[in-house]
Amino acid sequence: MQESSHGAREGRGVGASVRRKEDARLLAGRGRFVGDMRFPGQLEAAFLRAPLAHARIRAIHIPAHLKGRAFTHADMVGVKDILAKTGLPGFRVSTQPSLASGKVRFAGEPVVMVLAETRAEAEDLCEEIRVDYEELPANHDMLRAAQPGAALVHDEWPDNVFLVSQTDKFFDAEKLASAPVKVTREVRTSRQCMSPLEGKGCIAVFERYLEQLTLWTATQMPHIVRSGLAECLGLDTRKIRVVAPDVGGGFGWKGLLQPEEVCCAWAALKLDRPVKWLEDRREHLIAAANCREHHYVMTAYADTDGTLLGFEAVAHVDAGAYSVYPFSACLEGAQVVSNLPGPYNLPAYRCRTYSVCSNKPPIVPYRGVARTGVCTAMELMIDAVAREAGLDPYDVRMRNLVRPDQMPFTSITGKDFDMGDYPESLRRAREMIGHDAVRARQLAGEKDGRKIGLGYATYCEQGAHGTSVYHGWGIPMVPGIESCGARLTPDGTLEVRIGAQSHGQSMETTMAQVACEVLGIDPEQVNVVHGDTALTPYSTGTWGSRSAVMSGGAVASACERLGERIKRIGAHLLQAPEDAVAIRDAQVVGPHGSVSFAEVAKTWYLAPQNLPADIHPDGLDLVAGYKPTVDTGTFSYASHAAVVAVEPETGEVEILDYVIVEDGGVLLNPMVVDGQIYGGTAQGIGTALYEEMTYDEHGQPLASTLADYLLPGAGEMPNVRIDHIQTPSPNTRFGQKGIGEGGAIAPPAALGNAINDALKGMGVELSMSPMTPRRVRQAVTQAQVTQAKATQAGEAVS
Amino acid sequence: MKAARFDYLRPATVAAAVAALDEDHGAKPVAGGQSLGPMLNLRLARPSCLVDVAKIPELRRVEERADGVLYGAAITHAEFEDSAVPDPTPGFLARVAHGIAYRAVRNRGTVGGSLVHADPAADWPTTLTALGARVVLVGPDGSRELALEDFLLGAFSTALMEGELVTGVFVPRASTSARFGYRKSCRKVGEFAEAMCAVLADDARGIHRLVVGATEGRHIVVTEAKAVLVDPSLLDVRLVAAGLDAEPATLRLHRKVIRQAIEALESESLPA
Repeated sequence: MQESSHGAREGRGVGASVRRKEDARLLAGRGRFVGDMRFPGQLEAAFLRAPLAHARIRAIHIPAHLKGRAFTHADMVGVKDILAKTGLPGFRVSTQPSLASGKVRFAGEPVVMVLAETRAEAEDLCEEIRVDYEELPANHDMLRAAQPGAALVHDEWPDNVFLVSQTDKFFDAEKLASAPVKVTREVRTSRQCMSPLEGKGCIAVFERYLEQLTLWTATQMPHIVRSGLAECLGLDTRKIRVVAPDVGGGFGWKGLLQPEEVCCAWAALKLDRPVKWLEDRREHLIAAANCREHHYVMTAYADTDGTLLGFEAVAHVDAGAYSVYPFSACLEGAQVVSNLPGPYNLPAYRCRTYSVCSNKPPIVPYRGVARTGVCTAMELMIDAVAREAGLDPYDVRMRNLVRPDQMPFTSITGKDFDMGDYPESLRRAREMIGHDAVRARQLAGEKDGRKIGLGYATYCEQGAHGTSVYHGWGIPMVPGIESCGARLTPDGTLEVRIGAQSHGQSMETTMAQVACEVLGIDPEQVNVVHGDTALTPYSTGTWGSRSAVMSGGAVASACERLGERIKRIGAHLLQAPEDAVAIRDAQVVGPHGSVSFAEVAKTWYLAPQNLPADIHPDGLDLVAGYKPTVDTGTFSYASHAAVVAVEPETGEVEILDYVIVEDGGVLLNPMVVDGQIYGGTAQGIGTALYEEMTYDEHGQPLASTLADYLLPGAGEMPNVRIDHIQTPSPNTRFGQKGIGEGGAIAPPAALGNAINDALKGMGVELSMSPMTPRRVRQAVTQAQVTQAKATQAGEAVS
Repeated sequence: MKAARFDYLRPATVAAAVAALDEDHGAKPVAGGQSLGPMLNLRLARPSCLVDVAKIPELRRVEERADGVLYGAAITHAEFEDSAVPDPTPGFLARVAHGIAYRAVRNRGTVGGSLVHADPAADWPTTLTALGARVVLVGPDGSRELALEDFLLGAFSTALMEGELVTGVFVPRASTSARFGYRKSCRKVGEFAEAMCAVLADDARGIHRLVVGATEGRHIVVTEAKAVLVDPSLLDVRLVAAGLDAEPATLRLHRKVIRQAIEALESESLPA
């Protein structure tokens, strides 16, 4: 952590809970989202989508009067399919056509694009188009889809497996066979839909005067969309500008190049008219924003005291029909292998993961990515080990967590944990939740017949992982040096320009705080420009809990470099040597006086005659880069603890208490970090108890409206209590760590463990998320039937 | 998710609305649109014409009588919740209304719309049946009144005839000592219930009614419920007959919720 100064002292720099600058716009309803935008001559697109999950397209009948208004794959001559390969050995390559070609591979896949003056008219016209399909057997279940003989999603493949990922570290089956405690479990996490408040949407406009295509799109990664779009359309990248205006949440769903974006861009060029598409909630649910579906069979081997001796797993990830650009179909599956051991000391481990291709929408990395699944799987196993060994799950965790004296620590899968005290986070969580009081209450029982349960989960979250991690994937993008543009404007206020995109992360505030930290300038005097490829330096965008570390570091670098130039001019104005002046509170301070940024800027821009003839020609506008000293990622971590009351007859679960002890290193803005944790936790509660995209045996989605796909609302949120440990990362500019996803990782594990803890006296253990009332009821009923049979059998014997 | 083309009428009187509905059997009345709206947008409902009855004065009227209150069909849930209309029961209607969906829905949704939509898992059909309410219907051939349990024929099915409009609902006056137990099990706040039961115990009037909602078809209505309130297992045969035992765990849920509703008679409060 480097020494820095002034802003923090005044309560506006790094570490201050500065109020969000962007709220003045957003909370007053003055934001500008794609849905708010309208261009003269604009057409609106509706997509006729596949009604079947798997079928050959025999014919598409488009009435003559729709010529020039309805387009199929055959019309998009010269447009390349979306291609997202990985360099991982054995990866099977598929391409994703922007409009279905030959076959449809999931229900909801776009088949025909129809344009009209309004969306409603375009939808009317869609009804006039008839498509003849020859239905094929649909792969709705990944375990069956991975078996030989399953109908092939991609005809040229030998089976339906994108990739098998595996690792085997010191796993000696013979030796582990004699482990005193062995626990085998099957765990499943449901497919989910990301559901940001704003869905996707884009408007493609050909700007004739620039000979440039501008795509206004709700994206987290404008520069990556630009590259992907250029590739698909066969255009030079310079011919495309991508702008993300205000974006209403992403969570990963806006971290990809979408077929609809390619279609709109192509149509805008072809027709020379702006073309807009706004995803509606039904399209959002059924057509692509899917994520998370995992299946695990695991065995844990432990000593009688709960010490883990080994762990093995076979996992399946339902990756859906296509590999998405840029993250591919395998980010999730391969991360299962490397992240499953979590924050634990594990002496022996083997894991094999199948990334399965199915007739469902492609899965997209969702907040937490694979880690929500692996945390659920691993943490349910830790509790299962505890129950088997007759120990408290808290003690089993404490026995196995990586200790602070082991830090920095390289995990069994080669993850470099930077710094932290994992057991301390769990200890504090135990204290905050009132472990002993909860256990006493459990013993006493509830008047209303409900059962009380206590659950823990601990995880670590790799964030801001860079080149050394990503180049190995061989996917279409590799994050490298992060850049920031910094410009002192003629009145001495500051613009910083970042290639990341802020869609809820509060970067317009936190990046201004970083500038304040370095230059002492009031954050109110700083504009953070983001989301526009024409205005910002290249970046892979906002994903992977990277922006606080990467953009934060880049803003600091650029401000430092800019500060040097400001000092040069200021020193001249003060008639002092450069090494005798310093920057403080947006002023250049010398031995005998000071000069404000405004005076420096005014001199440079408006009164250059006052500068010496030999002044250094580099002006007050620059781009600088940043990379952490170690780029394998920061490891924030947290322990969550939950107390639930479960009504065994109705299956209803009430969250009575929820605490989080998080270490995000140095917090750029603690209020913003808390906001990230609350939001992530709400999503994690959704994963734990509510959200589920189900499909029938024909691959038809069964949750096509928000009446079927339940999202937690304010009424479902407990009063989450957060405590922070701040162990600075030794590798980042201010010691900050990525925390953007963490809240969403642990709740299914903590709540799942709490529910199982509540019901353990009834012989009930659930192992599938979400743990809906129906699943709880069924498990309780099943356990009672089993027990009744056992009792009968016992009576018969006696 | 844009509605298919439809015409739109806003008649000023019930007579004009009924005439419009009678003239075009493809037309549908709309008031709050909280159920019909989504169905229009999903193109599951494709009426040729929407007859907007939300502002018709006769449907916005509230008439207090000695034996109860007649509410216009377009009184909103929020008006019940806020006690902006008189209540012939000791506060039961406001309690029920408070638990309907979300405030945004309650601001627009109407009691008449809810009854006509006849979702067995909705609040008003179950609770107003328990309170012994009657609906008033006006058609081309005049008006008639039906007990709610005779109006609600099954899931999304009512005795409403073509060209007919529900104009009001009459809720009988309960004794000040009447007790009301209502319990529903929802996956989350504001969602439709997976199980629900409403119980009225009005000893002074000798009325004991119990209604089970969230059924597959018609509500289970017990009009002489005194024995059932003491021994809810008497209801089992009816739960089975209603097909609620398809899954043993579901049957347990309904039984539990019925018991909780009966218990709520004593606690006089609505459990969450």
